[in-house]
Amino acid sequence: MKEFFKYFADIFTGVRSLLIGMSVTGKYFFSPGQIVTQQYPENRKTLKMYDRFKGEVIMPHDENNHHRCTGCAICELNCPNGSIEVISARIDGPDGKKVRIIDQHIYHLGMCTFCSLCVKTCPENALAFGQEFEHAVFDRTVLTKILNQPGSSILKEIA
Amino acid sequence: MKEVIHTPVPLVEEEEYHINMGPQHPSTHGVLRLVVTLQGEIVKSLKPHCGYIHRGIEKMCEKDTYPQIIHLTDRIDYLSAHINNHAVCLLVEKALEIEVPERVKYVRTIMDELARIQSHQLWWASFGMDLGGLTCFFYGLRDREKILDIWEETTGARFLQSYYTPGGLLWDIHPNFQKDVKAFIKYFRKKIRDYDNILSGNVIFRERSRNIGLMSKEDAISWGVTGPSGRGSGWSCDVRKHHPYALYDKVDFKEILYTEGDTLARYLVRMDEMRESMNIIEQLIDNIPEGDFTAKMKAVIKLPAGEYYQRVESARGDLGLYCISDGNKTPYRMKFRTPSFSNLSVLDHISRDLKIADLVAIGGSLDLVIPDIDR
Amino acid sequence: MTSNIYDNFVASLTQSIHEWLYHVMPPTWALISEMTIIGLVFLLFYALVGLFLVYAERKVCAFMQNRVGPNRVGPYGIFQTIADFIKLLMKELITIKNSDKLLFNIAPFIVIIASFMAIAAIPFAKGLHAIDFDIGILYVIAVSSLGVVGILLAGWSSNNKYSLIGAMRSGAQIISYELSVGMSLLTIIILAGTMQFSEIVQGQEYGWFLFKGHIPAFIAFVVFLIASTAETNRGPFDLAEAESELTAGFHTEYSGIKFAFFFLAEYMNMFIVASIGATVFLGGWMPFMVHGWDGFNTVMNYIPPSIWYILKTGFIIWLMMWFKWTFPRLRIDQLLTLEWKYLLPINLFNILLMAFIVLMGWHF
Ligand code: SF4
Ligand code: SF4
Repeated sequence: MKEFFKYFADIFTGVRSLLIGMSVTGKYFFSPGQIVTQQYPENRKTLKMYDRFKGEVIMPHDENNHHRCTGCAICELNCPNGSIEVISARIDGPDGKKVRIIDQHIYHLGMCTFCSLCVKTCPENALAFGQEFEHAVFDRTVLTKILNQPGSSILKEIA
Repeated sequence: MKEVIHTPVPLVEEEEYHINMGPQHPSTHGVLRLVVTLQGEIVKSLKPHCGYIHRGIEKMCEKDTYPQIIHLTDRIDYLSAHINNHAVCLLVEKALEIEVPERVKYVRTIMDELARIQSHQLWWASFGMDLGGLTCFFYGLRDREKILDIWEETTGARFLQSYYTPGGLLWDIHPNFQKDVKAFIKYFRKKIRDYDNILSGNVIFRERSRNIGLMSKEDAISWGVTGPSGRGSGWSCDVRKHHPYALYDKVDFKEILYTEGDTLARYLVRMDEMRESMNIIEQLIDNIPEGDFTAKMKAVIKLPAGEYYQRVESARGDLGLYCISDGNKTPYRMKFRTPSFSNLSVLDHISRDLKIADLVAIGGSLDLVIPDIDR
Repeated sequence: MTSNIYDNFVASLTQSIHEWLYHVMPPTWALISEMTIIGLVFLLFYALVGLFLVYAERKVCAFMQNRVGPNRVGPYGIFQTIADFIKLLMKELITIKNSDKLLFNIAPFIVIIASFMAIAAIPFAKGLHAIDFDIGILYVIAVSSLGVVGILLAGWSSNNKYSLIGAMRSGAQIISYELSVGMSLLTIIILAGTMQFSEIVQGQEYGWFLFKGHIPAFIAFVVFLIASTAETNRGPFDLAEAESELTAGFHTEYSGIKFAFFFLAEYMNMFIVASIGATVFLGGWMPFMVHGWDGFNTVMNYIPPSIWYILKTGFIIWLMMWFKWTFPRLRIDQLLTLEWKYLLPINLFNILLMAFIVLMGWHF
């Protein structure tokens, strides 16, 4: 007799649990307001990444095309996978001595793992993270970037 | 040319055959290959083949400085990246005898618990999918997204954060951090009820997981199954309780233990752990003290020569870091004792004489992360 | 009997086509062209319904999962399935080296023909069906279960272990659940007293059988829903596919249009069982009418019968989608336990109950 009741109790609890499950999906089916999908290419205009988002490493330049990099190559030293190559040059300084300046600050975006060590350790805070994230390209040489802009020079206060 | 047929597991009986689950199979969640010996639909034995995603992280560590190692540990068990980072940081701090500021400990504990919740959410999602409930996958990922957003705002990355540095944090928490975390807890306390309604209580799920993949406490200990999987067998193995680090000796939390040792118990441990993690975060989030976000560190970190070992409780279990230093700025040898590897080893033992469908369920309940196995 | 205003329209349309054909050609040719026309119409209908159901399923599951679903091809993504179909048409048909070529190629056609044959007997509106058998229900049950032969062949001939396991599971499943589908329909046949679809629908003029037969009919309806979901190999009974266990089950090795056939057949089978369910339990194309409420009945009559039919079928299809996107999959032994330990005894008892109720005249 006990078995007999258990049989029906099983059916009842089973069906009940199924209905509870269905109520969850049913609830979401009838509340389209809860949809969480982002319409990505359409919302490009309004899409704003967080300030700290690590999209790529950039070297900020001010309006006079000055950057802060001294070419000390500490970032190159700290990069775990050789994504940065610093090529420095020596020019005649104002007082006649040779001064080291940055010639090319080469950054291989394709190899970067966004560990933030370069940004963190740069003594002059010359590097930062950019918010750009659409990095898909057909040719990977495009991903090798020269961070200091052509014709740029170092900020006077630092030099 | 004569064909060479490679049989990794000898067939012992008639009517047995092999089936290759993986390296591309929907339920192995990555490139794990299980050579399963079947009789009809009954699993007779299975042999895991690892190494498809071996990247040599341990070897790479030998050429990297300690701060650089951090970003590699992200990639071992990518679902508990924060916790892996934490292990390296604790190891270095222990070796150098550095006391990190209180604020750092708070933030690290909160971040670790967020990582645990996030990892369990993804596990729940994919476990539901393994059992055929595809909707679970989307609910799990939907809620996980909130944590990823919180992380993105503070650490700049959603997945591989590399947020901890030896001695502290990369940068301070974002001003919105506390507000967001509190909002998330409030949100997730509601949503976790959906999880229970749609899967935990479901009769099909209960029947499919109860008494499946029984693992006794002895099994768990002898195979070294740690983490939620081990605690589902009643083995109290929570590193947070037994070897507390960060703030785990200060906060008040329960170690979740179930004694049944079946798939359902392992499932319930994780569900309860998510709730417990939320309790931990709630205790801490309002009390984060002001202060520095990093201790004073030398520019070049060199550990004194010697051997070091550091354990943390990652979302999958006991993560051990063994390091030999010869006094240089790079370690002489680095070894990771990853939880998924030993958790995988028990799979053969507990899934024998069950069906393929059970194998999938058990594999899901062990919560394997393949890069964690292969390193 | 209230005559529906749309009845004459369908009848006169078919009648005029019929007369015109016999007018312009000899009777044999007229008959052949009539058949061809009907065949083509059904073929078109089949493809359209299949494509639409795939789209509907994707939208329904998306909404249940807090997503938007397809929304790129055309407004609200309505052309998505057509685009997918074109893609499948252009894909390479991979032939497997050690497969049984003949069976491998035939299998998708068996599956699709079985579901195609079943549509013939379904009444879409008064007088709008290809054939009105007096054993309509028997015919549909018989024909729709032919599809499993195709699934078995597909699994066997692919020479793939996953496929074979899937096929064997599917065989066990259909043989068991066929029983429950038949018995739950039998319950209603007792109430209706006929197996002919047109008469079954007529019998539900004032009250669908779901209401007329109250308790036993309701139980039969639930059993029918469960068993027919299982018979169409849909989740939570999709053990033959079981993508997380068997990658894709019986159609693992199929590609391109042959895969599309299996895919289409799955949705058409769903449509067919939903139609049967709607016809037998919910009154088919019959509007919702209550005896004595003449005003109400006239209003209901203004809605064309085909719309009623589509609404009811759509409702059942939606229910089946709801099941699929909520529940985890059963294991093979649980599947059989459910059938032999629960559904079958309940069903047998239910038939007795229904017979008793009909005898005593306790139905409405
Ligand atoms: S970016 Fe910074 S660290 Fe790198 S070379 Fe320039 S100044 Fe030095
Ligand atoms: S973020 Fe890390 S990997 Fe990338 S360039 Fe900087 S140091 Fe190198």
